[in-house]
Amino acid sequence: MNAAVTPDSSLARVRSHVLDAAGIADRDLERALGTLMRGAVDNADLYFEVSRQESWTLEDGIVKEGAHSIEQGVGVRAMSGEKTGFAYSDEVMVPALLQASAAASAIVRHGQQGRVQAWQPRPGHRLYAPIDPLATRSDDEKVALLQRIDSEVRALDPRVKQVVASLAAAHDVVLVCASDGTLAADVRPLVRFNISVIVEDGDRREQGYAGGGGRFGYDHFTPERVLDFGREAVRQAIVNLGAVPAPSGEMIVVLGPGWPGVLLHEAIGHGLEGDFNRKGTSAFTGRIGERVASDLCTVVDDGTLPGRRGSLNVDDEGTPTRNTVLIENGILRGYLQDKMNARLMGVESTGNGRRQSFAHTPMPRMTNTYMLAGPHHPDEIIASVSKGVYARNFGGGQVDITSGKFVFSATEAYRIENGRLGAPIRDATLVGDGPTVLNRVTMVGNDMALDTGIGVCGKEGQSVPVGVGQPTLRIDGLTVGGTGGDE
Amino acid sequence: MTARTALSLQTGLGTLQEKVADVLKLAKELGATQAEAHANFGTGFSVNVRMREVETLRHQRDQGVSVTVWLGHRKGSASTSDLRPEALGESVRKACALAKYGAEDPASGLADAHRLASSIPDLSLYHPWNIEPAAAIELAMACEAAALDHDPRVTNSEGASVSTSEGLRVYGNSHGFLGGYQESDHSISCSVVAAQDGAMETDYEYAVARDAADLPSAAGIGAEAGRRTVARLGGTKLETRTAPVLFPARVARGLIGHLLSAISGGALYRKSSFLVDALGRPVFASRVTIDEKPHLQKALNSAPFDNEGVATMERRLVDAGVLGGYLLGSYYARKLGMQTTGNAGGAHNVVVHSTGESFDDLLRQMDTGLVLADVMGNGVNPVTGDYSMGASGFWVEKGTIQYPVTEITIAGNLKDMYRQILGIGTDVDRRGGVLTGSILVEEMTIAGS
Repeated sequence: MNAAVTPDSSLARVRSHVLDAAGIADRDLERALGTLMRGAVDNADLYFEVSRQESWTLEDGIVKEGAHSIEQGVGVRAMSGEKTGFAYSDEVMVPALLQASAAASAIVRHGQQGRVQAWQPRPGHRLYAPIDPLATRSDDEKVALLQRIDSEVRALDPRVKQVVASLAAAHDVVLVCASDGTLAADVRPLVRFNISVIVEDGDRREQGYAGGGGRFGYDHFTPERVLDFGREAVRQAIVNLGAVPAPSGEMIVVLGPGWPGVLLHEAIGHGLEGDFNRKGTSAFTGRIGERVASDLCTVVDDGTLPGRRGSLNVDDEGTPTRNTVLIENGILRGYLQDKMNARLMGVESTGNGRRQSFAHTPMPRMTNTYMLAGPHHPDEIIASVSKGVYARNFGGGQVDITSGKFVFSATEAYRIENGRLGAPIRDATLVGDGPTVLNRVTMVGNDMALDTGIGVCGKEGQSVPVGVGQPTLRIDGLTVGGTGGDE
Repeated sequence: MTARTALSLQTGLGTLQEKVADVLKLAKELGATQAEAHANFGTGFSVNVRMREVETLRHQRDQGVSVTVWLGHRKGSASTSDLRPEALGESVRKACALAKYGAEDPASGLADAHRLASSIPDLSLYHPWNIEPAAAIELAMACEAAALDHDPRVTNSEGASVSTSEGLRVYGNSHGFLGGYQESDHSISCSVVAAQDGAMETDYEYAVARDAADLPSAAGIGAEAGRRTVARLGGTKLETRTAPVLFPARVARGLIGHLLSAISGGALYRKSSFLVDALGRPVFASRVTIDEKPHLQKALNSAPFDNEGVATMERRLVDAGVLGGYLLGSYYARKLGMQTTGNAGGAHNVVVHSTGESFDDLLRQMDTGLVLADVMGNGVNPVTGDYSMGASGFWVEKGTIQYPVTEITIAGNLKDMYRQILGIGTDVDRRGGVLTGSILVEEMTIAGS
């Protein structure tokens, strides 16, 4: 699918959609920024957002509910040194805008009036079409798609007892203008399909889950693609029906390709966000140029991948996203920056300034974080392990940025015995240390894959969509937290 | 300020009730058989200081209306943050349009009229804090200073925050119910970093209350943040073993939280719960008794009615180990052939009875084992109850803390862990929806090196 309009006409459209509709003229924006720049403010910005979302949920074979929501508002921010004043209003109107600006600028009391640069419309990438994804299928078609997948999935295996499936879409229109002359707009479609199944066999019951999506329309969800998600959910649940207790203790762990890249997101990515490193609270602080991984490892954060869930034409500060090398052949190369932390650290923003909505302040956040492919065939990697664990799929993860300790939970894993996959094992949490874990990577697969488009990253109470990916990896020493002993 | 921005805390309750009434009226005019609407409005601010300097001042102002309509037993819903009449009207029309696509579901509809709250008790949930940002900054400064000054090894900080918010909630439905109340939340928190031998650790302390008068001193919170952080320094891995595990009150809340998920109507109906068919059966050790107390004055999860307007009531969830009740709203209650328990939207103040021991008594009772500082991750399988979490804490011998441990996991199955509860402390943590003391579990697998 191709973007049908140029970035500039997209900006004009967004201005009319967001500002003209609310009766806000350029002079009002200038006045608001002028209010924000009162005192010793280094930089100020206004972030307008109009967001529409819908979701359709199927349970018991019927679509029980469609839900629709509209959120709109403006967030205003004034920054002075390390200080930030922030206010927002869910009324996109001139009085509310000026009132919020006055509140945000109250953080700085003294100093000279700052300067507002003339706006320079800043073209971003064209990674997705500026479409309204909610309108890419009729409501009848959305309902029919869910009903069809329900009956198809139940027909796959008689042990399937419950199917919950959902379709969701968001149409997010944003406009950023800042005292540094930034004027940027973005129309961000996002769709998602999820399916979870419960299977029963005798007195054992297990759950399986699959889903995916990205920045495109519902037309991505062809019947074949949706059925593939259904098959995957059923396959995972059936595998887990036969799972035995996971072993416990430190052992060789092979991680599968794709979504298991959540390891990189937790173990590496968060610790390289500029805010923690400016403050000196990350386990990676001050380690640029040092070896933090084996030389097989190159890790990037790339917000410029077309159509991906974590991609953005411009970030939420109006900076075009980039492909930033975090680790190159094992050497730590860079941090992820928003404007404020970049300014304070004397570097450029890397286009990673993101926020959950107009009601939240921007922070350095990941986009799509993944490890590049290596030389090994995945079969060769499994065959190299005499005893260990192969983790093929994960739930979520979490990291303590300061100590570097991270966890993530396997939802589909197997023992490896003498180079072959053995019995599936029950849910086990894996725990490790971010700055050292990648030094233990001894083999990297040639099968790099990105996840299917399901990632949600939480930081300081803010959620944003992200992507992860990696090839098959062999890690010589991760602690596996099962109940089954180390036999 | 224009008439369109006239919502305030003083006049807001009446205004929101009018908006809800308008929405319900329009839904009826558009042919809805039944309708309900929630409206909320909130305002407040938070300050954050870091390394003895002001870092952020955030003003918050939220509002929203959500409406659900039924055409027969077909349901649609819509929400908006724009409360102007034309936007509300659009939401009602959108909900009606969506309902046309919903399937007929006999269980779907409002709660039965006779279950709705007939009066709204005053639960003392609204205590505005008359504090200016400058005074809040001073408080945050005092809090962080106490943490930084607690120990020379506290070398860095994530900062200290003070926040205050007030809000209004209104719910109405086409049975004629229209109720609302005001509430407030205030908090102080602090998180610092300590360093030793090139390794850093962080921890935090916080307080939250409906009434700022109930908050402990900011300096006390800071000092506790400093103490907790320094205590983690020098952590080592444990060798893999089985041992008893003591969940301190703040971590024990999560252990009970898994119970609440497992006995909620949706999980039970979908059979995505390890406690399907457990009603009336022993689930916990017989020393465990748990109540739900929705009407505790000033408590964080108190509510006069649930998300469907159903009167909340005090009841016993677990009696001497036996599961006595589920958490049901009307929909899943009907699906399960039961009655709503006033839990649409969740539980309201879950109180775990103490078995009488202090935290130190529980340490002595454990003798040798692990006392947790924190658990990490989401390693609970809701269907099977399998539990595996990342953990940090302290190794205990002869009832005394020996040294900090880190980068380990604790694993078991919740069904076993609940039956193996040996004691529940008197040190109740009141900072959340679950009020429990520390919980001692007889045996878990600890994985380390």
